Amino acid sequence: MRPTFPFFKPKEETDSSKIFKPSRRDFLKLSALASGGVFLGISFQCSGPKGEDVIFAPNAYLSIDKDNLITIIAHRSEMGTGIRTSLPMIIADELGADWSKVKIVQADGDEDKYGDQNTDGSYSVRMFYEPMRKAGATARHMLLMAASQKWKVAMDECYAENGMVHHPGSEKSINFGELISDVQKMEIPRSEDVILKPFGDYKLIGKDIPIYDVKDIATGKAVFGADVDLDNMKIAVVSRSPVVGGKVISVNDSAALAVNGVEKIVKIEGAGLPAGLDKPLEGIAVIATNTWAAIKGRNALEIEWDLGENQGYDSVAQLKDMLESTKESGKVRRERGEIEEAVKSTSRTIERTYELPYYAHATIEPPAAVAHFTNGKCEVWAPTQHPQWARGAVASALGIEVADVTMHVTLLGGGFGRKSKPDFVVEAAILSKEMGSPVRVQWTREDDLHHDFYHALSAQRIKASLDGSKNLVAWNHHTVFPAIGATSNPAEVHPSDGELGLGCVDFPYDVPNIRIETHESKAHTRIGWLRSVSNIHHSYAINCMMDEVAEARGVDPINHALELLGEDRNLSFKEELDGDFSNYGESIEEYPWETGRMKAVIQRVAQEAGWGQNLGGNKAMGFACQKSFLTYVACIVVVEKGGDGKIKVSDVHYAVDCGIAVNTDRIRSQFEGGAQFAHGLATSSAITFKNGKVEQHNFDSYQIARMPEAPKRIHVYIVDSMEKPTGVGEPPVPPYAPALANAVYKLTGKRQYKLPFKI
Amino acid sequence: MENYTLKINGESHQVTAEEDMPLLWALRDLLGMKGTKFGCGQALCGACTVLVGGEAMRSCSLPVSAVGDQEVVTIEGLSAKGDHPLQSAWIEHVVPQCGYCQSGQIMNAAALLQRNPNPSDQEIESVMAGNLCRCGTYNRIKEAIKTASSKL
Repeated sequence: MRPTFPFFKPKEETDSSKIFKPSRRDFLKLSALASGGVFLGISFQCSGPKGEDVIFAPNAYLSIDKDNLITIIAHRSEMGTGIRTSLPMIIADELGADWSKVKIVQADGDEDKYGDQNTDGSYSVRMFYEPMRKAGATARHMLLMAASQKWKVAMDECYAENGMVHHPGSEKSINFGELISDVQKMEIPRSEDVILKPFGDYKLIGKDIPIYDVKDIATGKAVFGADVDLDNMKIAVVSRSPVVGGKVISVNDSAALAVNGVEKIVKIEGAGLPAGLDKPLEGIAVIATNTWAAIKGRNALEIEWDLGENQGYDSVAQLKDMLESTKESGKVRRERGEIEEAVKSTSRTIERTYELPYYAHATIEPPAAVAHFTNGKCEVWAPTQHPQWARGAVASALGIEVADVTMHVTLLGGGFGRKSKPDFVVEAAILSKEMGSPVRVQWTREDDLHHDFYHALSAQRIKASLDGSKNLVAWNHHTVFPAIGATSNPAEVHPSDGELGLGCVDFPYDVPNIRIETHESKAHTRIGWLRSVSNIHHSYAINCMMDEVAEARGVDPINHALELLGEDRNLSFKEELDGDFSNYGESIEEYPWETGRMKAVIQRVAQEAGWGQNLGGNKAMGFACQKSFLTYVACIVVVEKGGDGKIKVSDVHYAVDCGIAVNTDRIRSQFEGGAQFAHGLATSSAITFKNGKVEQHNFDSYQIARMPEAPKRIHVYIVDSMEKPTGVGEPPVPPYAPALANAVYKLTGKRQYKLPFKI
Repeated sequence: MENYTLKINGESHQVTAEEDMPLLWALRDLLGMKGTKFGCGQALCGACTVLVGGEAMRSCSLPVSAVGDQEVVTIEGLSAKGDHPLQSAWIEHVVPQCGYCQSGQIMNAAALLQRNPNPSDQEIESVMAGNLCRCGTYNRIKEAIKTASSKL
């Protein structure tokens, strides 16, 4: 269980060695996954009565039965990135399985068994590419050994493909399933004896592989959080404090109880302030036999609230104050050179400010979870990104042991960071205990928009100074936004080192004098993380400013970026920072900031998009680039003015270097979707607070991209790379909005300093 | 509470419900048909789209009492084997990401193709404007509708 940022988890916490040490305990737990009493063995001493029922499971992720059914455990949550396909296909490829016959089973939340399951921070592939290869290769090694012993041939003359071991010399072949009774007698090979396949031998990795669930989704059979149905299950809809930190003074529930189908009214004790990241808000739950009755009952509640200290909160006023604060000196977080000296001799300083609003995640599936508390234990089904955190939070809320909570993970109808937080899961557990029956808690869209963990509003001021030869000699960046940590700890009034490492202090350009400063701000609501987190506002400000600097220097923006990235080299920011450089939880030595790789994606996107060509008067291109989550991305947006005078995005070009590309189709789809997601952030979405309450209620007032205005064509160029793989869920988002703004400027002559802006 | 006989996917179903209960909740909670999704409750996102009398309707905002004897088709009944041209095209283009909005997208597209088997890009965009996808699968949805259209 981890209360704060998910993506700064030190790698050593995910110890792959423990994953590969099967134990009797693992075997027993795994057997619970099997349906119909199938014997699922992980320990090789565990054979069936005659050996025929034995399943070969050399690690927690993989098992093969005697009928050659290969089952692979997906231990990360599927929220649309394709991870439920991409990690199992790595195992299958190394194993030599017949992918069309592989069965994928979703793991329950269990860190001891599966390692880290926190599906966040774009690190599933980064963290598990090697362990998954090992998992598949270990099994293949044993199967090859078993076959070669059976045939009395050399092991290296055999190979595994399509679920069979072949020996070309003797033209012998055998199904994996038929080798099960042999491999059960074998020791698991030492890790160093297991040889991974050369990359060229892969048949799945590096290819377009359709997602496992595509047919279930297209036929309506896929099971999301709210689709779980249990006997005698009740439905709860909750009226939560409209202001964060509010408490119930009194409730008149007579009208609610009069609604046909309403059975019980239950108070949920809220955390108060600080609100925390893993606790429910205070609220009154209406529990009914069906969702409609629960909604009507909830609407009929009369609640008197003590709204607490945030009841006067006005986000427009706070943003104004935040912006004002950036005029003063702040807390210096990065310092290079002698900026005060340097600016004395500069000939021009460009000073710009950038304001971004709160954003809500607005997953189309609003939060929902099912819990069944009985006999001191709780079984939960939830669309959670972080099953382990949810499991711990449920245990803590119910006062039971973590081991007494079973956390089943359904498909997630979108996540984007919202469903990392276990508050809604905890609600279901508390209400099931109170009700004495299974309960599904169902959030409405209004609940979702009113009670999110929002992407923080932000104000930034950048001063860029040029010398007489139009060289950029000083960069002074002020940033202020309420920290995620402030949701749990009000004393945290500056952005954390981790948040600054998301596109701010890792400013990569070769400018001799740099100062990055932060200012104080408080959290008046629950702040969380949204797809790419602080990269959203930092990338916007920096890339928009870089475009202005290029213009002031009379240099093309692409050439400007390439020039300022300088020689191919590895950057290390540590020596200039007052604080730590998180580097997304990885060491900078292992995952350096390579200017050469960034330059390569910039050159690639410029070439593919035809940057520099004459587009005529009705079209323009804008450029931005951003390394985030260790993936290098360059983006060109093409805008076009139609006959009706409206501006539309005709094309988006992305070049991406994410190291080894595992599932190329899902990489493209993340970029396609990332552009649409970011288009909404750039042009239509904003959450505001008045009197402590959110002013947007549904998709009429909180707008996200719709098909007519969505970018029309999205081209994704994946760099061929043998570097370590890095994530692609979040990296498409940061460069899109500034590339769009820079394109709109080219077309209209108008710069955009506030999001969202209408195009 | 009233009794209603609903014609859904070619079969009659009896439900006992308040007259203002939206069809969505009758489908999901009373009949256990979970393919139709709840997204906004205000006919603003399209996740709950079903066909009622051949027209795409937002089931979250259609009271069960207003359905009458009109034929209701949900994602479960779009085709017997899950091979409606739209479903096949959805699979061919690997349209879904998280998948939650896709039942509604497919049902809305089905109504479009029934009315106009060969829609232009602009018609697709305008008809699909009310179906939100937070993952941003819009361009693949459009391509899949065109592929399905070419096979009708």
